[in-house]
Amino acid sequence: MGGKGMDHWERVNNPYDDDKVIAACSLFGMMDTSGKRFSGGDTITAIANMHERGNGLGGGFAVYGLYPQYAEHYAFHVMYLDEAARREAESLLQDGFRVALAEPVPTRKTRAIENPPLVWRYFLEVRTQNGQGLSHDDYVLEKVMQINTGVRNAFVFSSGKDMAVFKGVGYPEDIADYFRLDEYQGYLWTAHGRFPTNTRGWWGGAHPFSILDWTVNHNGEISSYGINRRYLEMFGYHCTMQTDTEVIAYAVDLLVRRHHLPIEVVADVLAAPLWSQIEREDGEKAALHTTLRQVYGSLLLNGPFTVVIAHQGEMIGLTDRIRLRPLTAATKGDLLFLSSEESAIRLVCPQLDRAWIPMGGEPIIGSLQRPLAKREPVAVEEATA
Amino acid sequence: MKTYLPPRFVIDRYAERCIACQVCVRQCSFDAHAYDGEDDEIRSYEKNCVGCHRCSVFCPTQALNIRLNPLSYRPNVNWQPEFIEDIIRQSEGGGVLLTGMGNDKPYRVYWDHLLLNASQVTNPSIDPLREPMELKTFLGRKPDRVELDPASLSLKTQLAPQVAIDVPVLFSAMSYGAINLNVQESLARAATEAGTLFNVGEGGLHQTLYKYANNAIVQVASGRFGVHPEYLDVARFIEIKIGQGAKPGIGGHLPGGKVSEDVAETRMIPAGTDALSPAPQHDIYSIEDLAQLIYALKEATNYTKPVCVKIAAVHNSAAIASGMVRAGADIIALDGLRGSTGAAPKMIRDNVGIPIELAIASVDTRLREEGIRNQASIIAAGGFRNSADVVKAIALGADAVYIGTAALIALGCTVCQQCPTGKCAWGIATTDPILSKRVNPDIGARRVVNLLRGWSLEIKEMLGGMGINALESLRGNRLHLRGVDLTDGELDVLGVRLAGR
Repeated sequence: MGGKGMDHWERVNNPYDDDKVIAACSLFGMMDTSGKRFSGGDTITAIANMHERGNGLGGGFAVYGLYPQYAEHYAFHVMYLDEAARREAESLLQDGFRVALAEPVPTRKTRAIENPPLVWRYFLEVRTQNGQGLSHDDYVLEKVMQINTGVRNAFVFSSGKDMAVFKGVGYPEDIADYFRLDEYQGYLWTAHGRFPTNTRGWWGGAHPFSILDWTVNHNGEISSYGINRRYLEMFGYHCTMQTDTEVIAYAVDLLVRRHHLPIEVVADVLAAPLWSQIEREDGEKAALHTTLRQVYGSLLLNGPFTVVIAHQGEMIGLTDRIRLRPLTAATKGDLLFLSSEESAIRLVCPQLDRAWIPMGGEPIIGSLQRPLAKREPVAVEEATA
Repeated sequence: MKTYLPPRFVIDRYAERCIACQVCVRQCSFDAHAYDGEDDEIRSYEKNCVGCHRCSVFCPTQALNIRLNPLSYRPNVNWQPEFIEDIIRQSEGGGVLLTGMGNDKPYRVYWDHLLLNASQVTNPSIDPLREPMELKTFLGRKPDRVELDPASLSLKTQLAPQVAIDVPVLFSAMSYGAINLNVQESLARAATEAGTLFNVGEGGLHQTLYKYANNAIVQVASGRFGVHPEYLDVARFIEIKIGQGAKPGIGGHLPGGKVSEDVAETRMIPAGTDALSPAPQHDIYSIEDLAQLIYALKEATNYTKPVCVKIAAVHNSAAIASGMVRAGADIIALDGLRGSTGAAPKMIRDNVGIPIELAIASVDTRLREEGIRNQASIIAAGGFRNSADVVKAIALGADAVYIGTAALIALGCTVCQQCPTGKCAWGIATTDPILSKRVNPDIGARRVVNLLRGWSLEIKEMLGGMGINALESLRGNRLHLRGVDLTDGELDVLGVRLAGR
């Protein structure tokens, strides 16, 4: 690829051309595994409680189940720096899709948010004759890349079905206020407050990072970034944002969507068990883990990280295998919470069924397929703090 | 003929310390020391001294020092002393100038222009004394993806044979004949103990070493010496030797004088005959021929072990390596400009090939561009001096490295370059039964294991500093390297940014 747009965002996102963009942050995720929708109020309160973990240069939210009236349409949230960008992107969208609705994302004037870009949303249907033999997802992915890399001053925040990303420069609670998130209902909310160290911060650079209906919130700095990126390049991914988050999103996309691995197995790739642990496992499990490390060693995420990954119907929390970044999990009935700090969970839900710190590399998975109230605890064992 | 060559070294013998015990006389296999019974004094024959330090190390009273002969020629940038003396040697002997060990010319050593990263503030360094640190490496072909049974989620993918090593350092090919059995046994035992492999070179596998065969790499070279079904069956993996960094484009030459009965039996050739391996493999004149040999060896061993192809790093290494992978090589070994040898024509050793650093970078990059990097492991060879070189090679894209000279130095070698004479005073590059006894496999194995242990600890320290706790996260991770004092072109080939950027 390599259009004017890509170069443009590369320079915006990584203005000093560092190896990559370094940032740390606060994470929060909340999911009702029975599928019941709830407002963003608690998520906003919780992430605001971790205000000190960010520095006001990025805040964002992912919401799932917020557009039930357009559940079968691809919901595009697109940011524009000017009207020309909007016109160019919209003509591209109109060529490629049947547009069910196009409108500005409702906002509220707030003092904290300065110079916001235009943010529009579109509910789109893939025209069958436009498939070009690609699956709908691949087609959408191609169009997203086309806008991000080819249309100057336009950037797609999210492009999945019945989900959306709201993000920008500011503290997360200010972003929530600006986008009126208290007015939305969803069954799964994730939130992020950012502390970038080497960029000024821009709206597209805030988390969550999203492709299709996958969103990634990330806290950490991956020391394996260089090889993770080079490995993904072999499979045609272009890491234009130069962030750990982008690499994680592409790794998950490769492993889940293209290689059809379940998310538990993906966790064993990204935070692979230690060899000393594999040696103690039984034959079949040891063989699986050995094979995964042999084949996907270049996707091991090394160095400190916590991620909250979500897609339709599922939320996953994961730390690096020696847990160098914090993650607390908690449950209450059908609710699953993931947070950088336990206090943020306790603030919105003082009476929890359980709260615990997962083991390093152990995925905590909330899923609509397996509502919490009807199953065994999400973690295999309770770890001590 | 009177030689016009001046002595290369000066022997300082401190009379007040010398007790005329004659240790130096007995230790020197080049006759640089002799005892004069009449005067009860030791005399020096400096023209014979090769600067190997055997006498100095073993002198019980430290009465000996060896230093370069300061004798100077009139300075001349073009006519350096080395060129003058090469002509003297050739005019007195005729023939090809022979030498040993690796290229000693001042070509840029890129390792010395690459610097490693360390974590500060934004991510923590990892302390290998307190946290796990994984060096385990698997050599062999990897598929593009892992496939699970959709219903049972059980593993469907069966990997091609893999070879696990505990430390990413293997011993490169050194044949019985070039080195003696005590040296091979030292390396075999060290490899077994340290969890790595030794390479028997093109001289066959001696019967006494079959018990270490699970840690042996066996070579199939152009002379096919010592190749038979059992030799292939017992090995951990097989290496097809196309070329060697010290002498790209030419074959090996073991002089008949070194071919003892035992060497002859192992090589399956008559004793006392020169063992000449042809320059090319005469059944490989093209890439499709290589594919045939690779698959012939895989068939012969029932697809139970990887097949490696070793080439000298030359101008088109990237394209050649890509062809090798497509021809079915599971491992490719690249031997760089500074790769060592027991004997090579000096002109070849000093002027043919390219530095291993550039070869690793260009081969790794090319295989990635073609999306086939996972289909073969890369072992890099050629002048690795310490664990930092190893770490840098892996960051550039190698899976593991071969060391030859470094392992021999652990056994006593001082890189005096006399290997082709067969008179190695340290008892390494010689099959002389008396000299060979100077390497005791019990002590030799211990020294080499110690070296690998030291390097492992250092590699773990460097990894931990970078915030990495598994070697696979460093492999090909060039963001952990920065260049100093390199041109843009060099940085571009290495795929490394300038320090400060």
